[in-house]
Parts: sequence; C-alpha cells; structure tokens
Amino acid sequence: MAKMYYSEEHEWVRVEDDGAAVIGITDYAQQQLGDVVFVDLPDEGKEVEKGDEVAVVESVKAASEVYAAVSGAVTEVNEALADTPNLVNESPEGEGWFFKLTLSDQSELEALMDEAAYANFVKGLD
Amino acid sequence: MVLSDKDLLKTPLHDLHVELGARMVPFAGYAMPVQYPAGIMTEHRHCRASAALFDVSHMGQVRVTGEQAQAGLEALMPIDLSTLPEAQQRYALLTSDSGGILDDLMVARLSDGFMLVVNASRKHEDMAHLKRGLNKGTQAELLEEQALLALQGPKAATVLSRLSPGIEKLPFMHLADVEIAGFRCTASRSGYSGEDGYEISVANADAETLARRLLEEEEVAAAGLGARDSLRLEAGLCLYGNDIDETTTPVEAGLVWAVQKSRRTSGGFPGDKVILEQIEKGAERKRVGFKVQGRAPVREGAALEDKDGNTIGRITSGGFGPSVEMPIAMGYVPAEMTAPGTELVARVRNKPVALEVVKLPFRAHNYYRG
Repeated sequence: MAKMYYSEEHEWVRVEDDGAAVIGITDYAQQQLGDVVFVDLPDEGKEVEKGDEVAVVESVKAASEVYAAVSGAVTEVNEALADTPNLVNESPEGEGWFFKLTLSDQSELEALMDEAAYANFVKGLD
Repeated sequence: MVLSDKDLLKTPLHDLHVELGARMVPFAGYAMPVQYPAGIMTEHRHCRASAALFDVSHMGQVRVTGEQAQAGLEALMPIDLSTLPEAQQRYALLTSDSGGILDDLMVARLSDGFMLVVNASRKHEDMAHLKRGLNKGTQAELLEEQALLALQGPKAATVLSRLSPGIEKLPFMHLADVEIAGFRCTASRSGYSGEDGYEISVANADAETLARRLLEEEEVAAAGLGARDSLRLEAGLCLYGNDIDETTTPVEAGLVWAVQKSRRTSGGFPGDKVILEQIEKGAERKRVGFKVQGRAPVREGAALEDKDGNTIGRITSGGFGPSVEMPIAMGYVPAEMTAPGTELVARVRNKPVALEVVKLPFRAHNYYRG
C-alpha cells in the first residue's frame, strides 16, 4: 500500500510500494493558488536536497516556489503538466503530480505529517 | 510601517465580498477581493462573454470646483478641457516637472466643475498635488462617501437597461446622473477591461444593496482584482506603478494621444519641455507588447535581452491572458526594437524565454460605438 505524507509547505509525498516517492502539491495549496497556468519542473536526474527550491507553480496571478519536502534524485517529471497545467487544480493528488524521486534519506519522511495530521494543520490556518 | 490586516480600510462592499467567499488581499491600503471561488480565469472569461461586477470603491473620486478649475487642471495636465463638453470624460495624465507620470486618471466635466477618478494607490499624493497646484478659489474634494462599481462586459448594457431604462444609449466616455434600481448614481460608459461597460458612482450607504441587485441578474457575476488585472493587460492598458510611473514619460509609454494637440505647441504643463521635445524627436525607449513563446508566464521585473545577451529593458506587466490563452507581457525597449516581430529574450528564474514584440492591444477593444 502506498503511503501519503504531507509537509507544512502543502506538498504531498506518496511512497509507492517499490520505494519511489511521487511529489505534488495538496488540494489546499491548489485552492490557494487558483488557476495554474504553468509548472516549472526540475530536470530529470537532478539531485535535490530537502528545502531546495525544486519547482515553481504559476497561477494567473503569481509565481509560487515549491521547496523539496524530501531529498533525492529526480527520476521522472509529469510531462502532462506542460500542456495541461490545470491538472494541478483538477486532480492535485492524482494526475496533477509533479515529479518522482528516489529518496536518499528515508528518515526525512518521519518529519512529515500523515493525512489526519495535515487535515488538522490546514484547519488551524483558517 | 507594516500594516496588519486589521488596519486595512474596507469598502462598503466588504461584507458582501466575504459572504461571496472572496479571497481578500491588501491593496493600496484596502482589503480587496483578488478573486471569488470561481477563480480568476472564470471571472475573466465571464467578463468577456457576459457581465462582471467589480468593486473599485478604493479608487479616488475627486470633485474639482471653482471658477478657475479648468485653468488649474490644465496647468497640471497636458489636456485641453475647452474641447470637453459637459457630461463627457477623457483619459488624462498628471505629469511631473521632469516629464514623468504622477498618475493616470479620468476627467469628466460636470455642470459645476470636474470629476476626476484617480488610482487608489495615488489618491492621497494626487490630493496633495492638486491642493498645491490648483489656484486659490479652486477646491479639490475627495468624495469619501461615494462607492464605485464597475459593470463590464458585452451584456453590461442589457443588464443595466433593465434597472435604468435608456442607459444602454449612453455613448462611450459619456456620463449621466441616473437612477439605477431606484438609487441615485452617476454612471459613465467606460472601464478598464477593454469591454463595453459602466462605472457607477453611488452613495456608500446604497452600494451594497445596488451590488446585490446587480448580482441578481443572471448575466452578472462578481469579479476581483485578479481578473481586472488580466483583463486590462489583454486590453493593453497601463497599470500605474507597473507600466507607468514618475520615471516614464507619456511618449515612452505610448500615451501621446492623452496629450491634446493644442497643448503640444503651447505647453504650459509640468514637464512640458521634456515631453514636447520627445513628441518632436521621439523617445529613446517605448512601451511595447510581447507575445511569449511557450507557456511560462513572464512577469513584471523580468530583464529583457537582445539576441547578444545585452540587457536592453524590462517587463513592467505580464501574466497569462485567459482569453488569448497564452502568456503576454508589456515592457520598455529601445526605440529601434519596437517593430512588431522583433525577437527578444526575457530572463525568468535565470532561464531564457523567447518573446516577440506585437501590436497592442492583445485583444481588440469591444467598446460601445453607438
């Protein structure tokens, strides 16, 4: 069973059964951003450190940086976002994923929240 | 000074915005709706297809009266008010001694003076400037008790004619004192979207009821500052503080049409020497529009480079155009690079993005021409 983790910066990390981590932004984040018109994704093969600026999401109004919630090497990016960036709005935790990573430090996952904890965290923001 | 949200001013429609689920943001000292739940893209397209209601009560409505009002205003702006009939308005610029732009505004002639509508971010500076610059016996009064609504879009006239029969015949850039749904208003056929529409000045006390009444019409949806910005960008209209400011002249900004012919010989306005010389000889740089290749928006502040990598200008406004369905931008480039088709490069997050100079506006204006 894949497991979901969430960061305070409104990213999700889904760890698949084979250990690959899929990264995206949460439903709350896409609602805050509004209509996404472009996603600047990292290059495949890029090594990212937790906290690095790894992607940029452009809405009609503004550009927002996405910081890596975990460290690792980028193995794949979501090519579909190039032509249909609004997948991020329509399916933020599904088809609107950003990129896949090979995790370099599994223990970083422990600092992230599970779904219930993130839901509580978001509640506290309003 | 950092203002906390609770120090922000509220327009008379504040409670309505919150009720409609708007995301409120600070803008020029006011809490303003940047978007409603529909989102900027939908609000923008609704305005182009139907009618959108904007709260622009943060803007300054300034009444200028007194026997010398006309001469006083003409001493501060390159405008010829002798050719402005009563109940008509015109776009105008307050210029600085160095030829820059202190604000852009609308000037209307009333039966007993003039009405200016100025930018929210500039209204206090404008008031101080007017009070300094206008002669004794001329009064400039900021109307704090009036709200301003903008109803914009191809169906605005149809909608408004139901609540104020006859208003559909008001010509472009004309004003009328009218009753709309029973409320006393001054409406002008104008706006900032590139579409047909009206700006409606109404007493603060009546503003919310009137706005609710307008929103009851099936063609009308609320739109926020986000859509207002993307609409005006597609229409190629300047945003003060971005595309024009004290460092840009009317000639550089491509706003020479706002400098009336009679003032081009006589001068007699702040910065006349610089501006008239530029009108005669041309400016070294000009504001142009850009079509952006690819999908990455190019935003204000991005540096512009020529083919050899020399920085030659910068972007002053940019974003995604929901109706033209691509990223668009405006900025300043040297005069020799203003021809449509000129290829340049913008730096976005240190990556090159190809741009091409295009004629403004990006989308043809759809004003009412009677």
